[in-house]
Amino acid sequence: MLQETKMENARADGEEILAIQAHGLVKVFGENRAVDAVNLSIPAGGIYALLGPNGAGKTTIINMLTTQLKPDGGSAKIFGHDIRSETQAVRQLISLTGQSAAVDEKLSGYENLTIFGLLLGLSRSAASKRAKELLQEFELSDSANKTLEKYSGGMRRRLDLAASLIVQAPLIFLDEPTTGLDPRTRIQMWNTIRRLVTTGSTILLTTQYLEEADQLANRIAVIDHGHVVAEGTSHELKAAIGKATLRLELANENDVENTLRITGKILAAKASNPQPGLVTAPMADPDRVTDLLIALRESNIHLAGVSVLEPTLDEVFLALTGTPSSEGAAGQK
Amino acid sequence: MSEQKIVPGADRELANRIPLRTTLSNSLTMAYRSLLLIRRTPQQLFDVTIQPILFTGMFAFLFGGAISGSVQGYLPIIIPGILAQTALTASIATGVQLREDMDKGVFNRFKSMPIARIAMLMGPLIADLIRYAIATSLTFAIGYLLGFRWASSGAAILCAILVIYAAWCVSWIFALLGVIAPTTQVVSGISNAILFPLAFLSGAFVPTSTLPGWLQDFVNVNPMTYIVSAARQLLNHGTIGNDFWLSIFGSAAIVVIFVPLTLRFYLRKA
Repeated sequence: MLQETKMENARADGEEILAIQAHGLVKVFGENRAVDAVNLSIPAGGIYALLGPNGAGKTTIINMLTTQLKPDGGSAKIFGHDIRSETQAVRQLISLTGQSAAVDEKLSGYENLTIFGLLLGLSRSAASKRAKELLQEFELSDSANKTLEKYSGGMRRRLDLAASLIVQAPLIFLDEPTTGLDPRTRIQMWNTIRRLVTTGSTILLTTQYLEEADQLANRIAVIDHGHVVAEGTSHELKAAIGKATLRLELANENDVENTLRITGKILAAKASNPQPGLVTAPMADPDRVTDLLIALRESNIHLAGVSVLEPTLDEVFLALTGTPSSEGAAGQK
Repeated sequence: MSEQKIVPGADRELANRIPLRTTLSNSLTMAYRSLLLIRRTPQQLFDVTIQPILFTGMFAFLFGGAISGSVQGYLPIIIPGILAQTALTASIATGVQLREDMDKGVFNRFKSMPIARIAMLMGPLIADLIRYAIATSLTFAIGYLLGFRWASSGAAILCAILVIYAAWCVSWIFALLGVIAPTTQVVSGISNAILFPLAFLSGAFVPTSTLPGWLQDFVNVNPMTYIVSAARQLLNHGTIGNDFWLSIFGSAAIVVIFVPLTLRFYLRKA
């Protein structure tokens, strides 16, 4: 009843209840401030990505938000429930798929899922039925009764995700869900994640892959050394850093000289010729592209292709953190 | 998966505590999980199968003649002793297993699930009752084969219940160790250091009157002495004496002290 009143109050004020709201979260391991005053405001619905290199503090943030680790400072709420004082309420709203498969090695896939189902309050028959459904859905039916010691890494991760979906939680944490998956399984995982959002869940995922954040997430927080160094949509992040590049492919390589001259004049920027038949130029003002294209046609220069290259998140990442994103596997904590 | 929408997180009415019924059902599920694990790794039962067989035979033939003049005469002393000793030994495995279990990745999932925290401790300890039952039955069987006859089957059953109950209560001491110790090696090291004086410096193997005075003092405060003595009265005379009630209440006291302590340290860590 208390929660109900609180909620109505919040709505009456026209305030939206956020899926995650964190203020100044801090976690210190010895000398290392693994998470240093992190603020997050994540609305319900959609996919939110924490992007950062190994050791940036992504997993530590997740461990605190999922009540596994007590913060040393700051506070956070999950759908309005405090992660310190209302741990059991928070746990009813979340599910977690961690980096290492959180399943019983010595038990079979079916036994694992049944036990999690029973713990979540399903009856014996409901738990068994749900386990079979999920094994089927994640293409593990053939290995249902084998112990996980006989599973491959990919199978284990699929079972781990299945275990998180026995009861679909409103807020689903996925810590590097696609690390170590082959490309086909990765696409499957992406589809599963998107479907969870369509059916009403909010997803918080961490990733080291810029492409993944770009493809999946509505919003991204870039994390480095325990800080949020940038936040926004993928588009905003890119716009904040670099300009897009206009790329003109010429039908006739002999037109390069003329094209360079016209492009340079109209876009008021230095155009270049990185390879035969190709002219590129920084595009500060997209409106001028129309003028350029008309001018090119009037000069009887034919194009084989026109495209705009946005700056990659890799460039964004480098600009923000001063380190390349692909910095390799330095001990993740 | 269905395309049906779930209830939004903000629209759910949630209690922040786990009802007793859920706690019980969580504990039983965790016990079921431990039983499945025992079935998968039968080596875990080594200490409750080989050991009672070996110890009963070995001690009976080794000390029988020296202490009681004959193996037959020694059986009424040694069988109750071995009963209590094997159950106690079986209970120290609790700490090691709990530590090992808690280091597994699956505990990260348990921790983030809305389940009663105590169920994660209670489950394995409930499953351990099976281990004590095996140890106790085997000791009775070997004793019988060697020629030991108990006063009555009712007394023997009561004695088995007493020993299993006491072992379960004592196992909470080792559960606490399992929760606070950093590694399984530390748990097993400390557990053994506690086990040996408790098991051997008691009335389990020799009549206490043969011991020097200072040692008798230790033996007289050792809870094992009371359990062994209660088991002897039951098996040899079919009677319930003070030692029986001391064992029952002493063991209960261990539970009252160690369950909250263990849970507290466990929660601090979790």
